[in-house]
Amino acid sequence: MPDALLEVEDLRIHFPTQDGLVKSVDGVSFRLERGRTLGIVGESGSGKSVTSLGIMGLHHGSRAEITGHIRLDGEDLVAASPARVRELRGSKMAMIFQDPLSSLHPYYTIGNQIIEAYRVHHPDATKRQARQRAVEMLDRVGIPQPSARVDDYPHQFSGGMRQRVMIAMALCNDPGLLIADEPTTALDVTVQAQILDLIHDLQSEFGSAVIMITHDLGVVAELSDDILVMYAGRAAEYGSAADIFASPGHPYTWGLLASMPRMDRERLTRLVPIPGTPPSLIRVPPGCPFHPRCRYGHLNGGRSETEVPELRDTEHTGHLVACHLTAAERAKQWALLAAGKVPEDARTGAGAHAGDTA
Amino acid sequence: MVTFIIRRLVGTIFLLIVVSMITFAIFFLIPRLAGQNTYQLAAQYVGRNPTRPAVLAVERQLGLADPLYLQYGRFLRGILFGAHYRSGPDVTYCPPPCFGYSFRSQLPVWPQMISDVPVTLSLAIGASILWLIGGVSIGVLSALRKGTLFDRFSMGIALAGVSLPVFFTGLISLELFSYKWPLFPNVQYVPITSNPVEWARNLVLPWIVLAFLYAALYARLTRAGMLETMSEDYIRTARAKGLPERKVIVKHGLRAALTPIVTIFGMDLGLLLGGAIITEVTFSLHGLGLFTVQAVNNQDLPEILGVTMLAAFFIVIANLVVDIFYAVVDPRVRF
Ligand SMILES: Nc1ncnc2c1ncn2[C@@H]1O[C@H](COP(=O)(O)OP(=O)(O)OP(=O)(O)O)[C@@H](O)[C@H]1O
Ligand code: SF4
Ligand SMILES: [Mg+2]
Repeated sequence: MPDALLEVEDLRIHFPTQDGLVKSVDGVSFRLERGRTLGIVGESGSGKSVTSLGIMGLHHGSRAEITGHIRLDGEDLVAASPARVRELRGSKMAMIFQDPLSSLHPYYTIGNQIIEAYRVHHPDATKRQARQRAVEMLDRVGIPQPSARVDDYPHQFSGGMRQRVMIAMALCNDPGLLIADEPTTALDVTVQAQILDLIHDLQSEFGSAVIMITHDLGVVAELSDDILVMYAGRAAEYGSAADIFASPGHPYTWGLLASMPRMDRERLTRLVPIPGTPPSLIRVPPGCPFHPRCRYGHLNGGRSETEVPELRDTEHTGHLVACHLTAAERAKQWALLAAGKVPEDARTGAGAHAGDTA
Repeated sequence: MVTFIIRRLVGTIFLLIVVSMITFAIFFLIPRLAGQNTYQLAAQYVGRNPTRPAVLAVERQLGLADPLYLQYGRFLRGILFGAHYRSGPDVTYCPPPCFGYSFRSQLPVWPQMISDVPVTLSLAIGASILWLIGGVSIGVLSALRKGTLFDRFSMGIALAGVSLPVFFTGLISLELFSYKWPLFPNVQYVPITSNPVEWARNLVLPWIVLAFLYAALYARLTRAGMLETMSEDYIRTARAKGLPERKVIVKHGLRAALTPIVTIFGMDLGLLLGGAIITEVTFSLHGLGLFTVQAVNNQDLPEILGVTMLAAFFIVIANLVVDIFYAVVDPRVRF
């Protein structure tokens, strides 16, 4: 196994609040090699953003309880001093966010903001060099007339252009790791594909590793090498994108796939929403956190309600699933579902009802 | 930017004309609408205990029987170019800006008023520097230490500061620091030109008392503003770049949080330049505030009219300065 650029091991990020302990991330592990892309998917509130902010050290350090390991190039960021993490932030790891409209400071030119990002990590660079770098980066991300537009303010750019600026800023120090937290959610559909293509191109050019966060499986389908499906702060399924799309193993992943309109999977003509809503992260259901919404829990003779399923690699193929169903049962149920047959189990009525009110 | 400033300047001149019209209307039109005839109106311009010939003379002198637009024209011309008053055979010239003559002193209003401006100016500027620095720094620290003892303590003081009236804090401070422990005895205004040290020493108490009131308000405003901006997405971006926290707070947080504060500051200062009435009365400082109080007590209408126009002028100018400032800091305003 080659050395991973990023290795996350049993990461837990908990927020003590007045209502109780919010377990936003609860034992997540994954690894990412240089030049590769990991897609993290999951519904709203599954802990995707907190995971990535935790890697960046931006998770409100003083208030959160963070345990586990985050190794970037072998250096453990959980144990590192905040000053050290700050040094790495922007230089070895960078992040772009969901809303490019509010992520840029309205009072400063984009040039100013990129130059600032460059100079924190290149204190010896002159203003001119930094500016040149900014123009170069703007050109690289496809901003027309970059040497003129470098002096413009964020409000003079469209949403897609602003996300390009954010990308230029994130990549100006050539970081090994780029985290993109739903980079296209706030953008027009036509622009979304352009931004994703751009990230993909830049990734091959800069050789950086990318974490692509989204709740749209369609987005990660094309870009990702690996996929981590998160549910209630935990990993539900983790494996290569090819495996996960070919033979998804977790009922939650099935739900995500079935609720996704896709051209190339005509057999799944019916869109099947996942019934119910994600659980509270303060009182995560006992046993499998997904069981109140799962159509297959009854197949496990009560284990789903009482026993937390481990993330296991039952086939020894590097495809990990956290579900009590046997591999054979999973294959059977997925085949049925892919053929358009939604199981009519005992709880479908209740589930459908919860789905209606969600 | 230049066109923006020119546009604002033109707007300001227009605004000043409107202000003069409204002031004029308050003093000359509304009484008429309320049913006063020109004689009654003139009687108010004679001061207390008017005699009939004196009233008639004033009515003629001010031309109160003329159509209103003529009167307004005269009023404006007086301010801009000065006016000639005819009383019997002699003609008195009132140089611009002419706001007429005080009833009591029979002197032109403007020079008297203007001689009180330095007092108010000294008071307002000194106090405003104190409260801006004090209020903003306490507000920022409170926001950054939200929920700590420091935050609760300073916000408690701030609440007291907002609720305690100046005549209370002023009198207490006089009692304590001027009489009991005479650190600042005999507070009185000394022009800065004659003795800067005495000027400052005499103003310390009024500055602190006035600044306390505003600092409390500004601390609360700054705290709220800082809490809001520090949770903005662009702050997260600034941190994601790896900027040192101090730079995140000052360059990215404070800069945005301060903009509305400075706007309010400009307006407050403009308002205060028209006279810090209670503070001036409490410390017997003869500034525009005390001038106003005396003018009102004496029912000296030309003085009241003059000081109203001057105060309005300060506010309009403060408005202009704030607008230009806003355009400088917030690029979105400029386009
Ligand atoms: N500072 C915090 N204090 C308390 N709870 C928090 C804090 N930050 C996040 N959470 C909680 O952690 C949970 C996970 O949030 P997170 O933002 O990671 O979800 P997400 O998967 O990114 O969802 P989305 O798709 O909506 O972005 C949420 O329930 C959120 O309320
Ligand atoms: S463990 Fe049971 S409840 Fe959980 S996903 Fe698997 S079948 Fe559903
Ligand atoms: Mg998120």
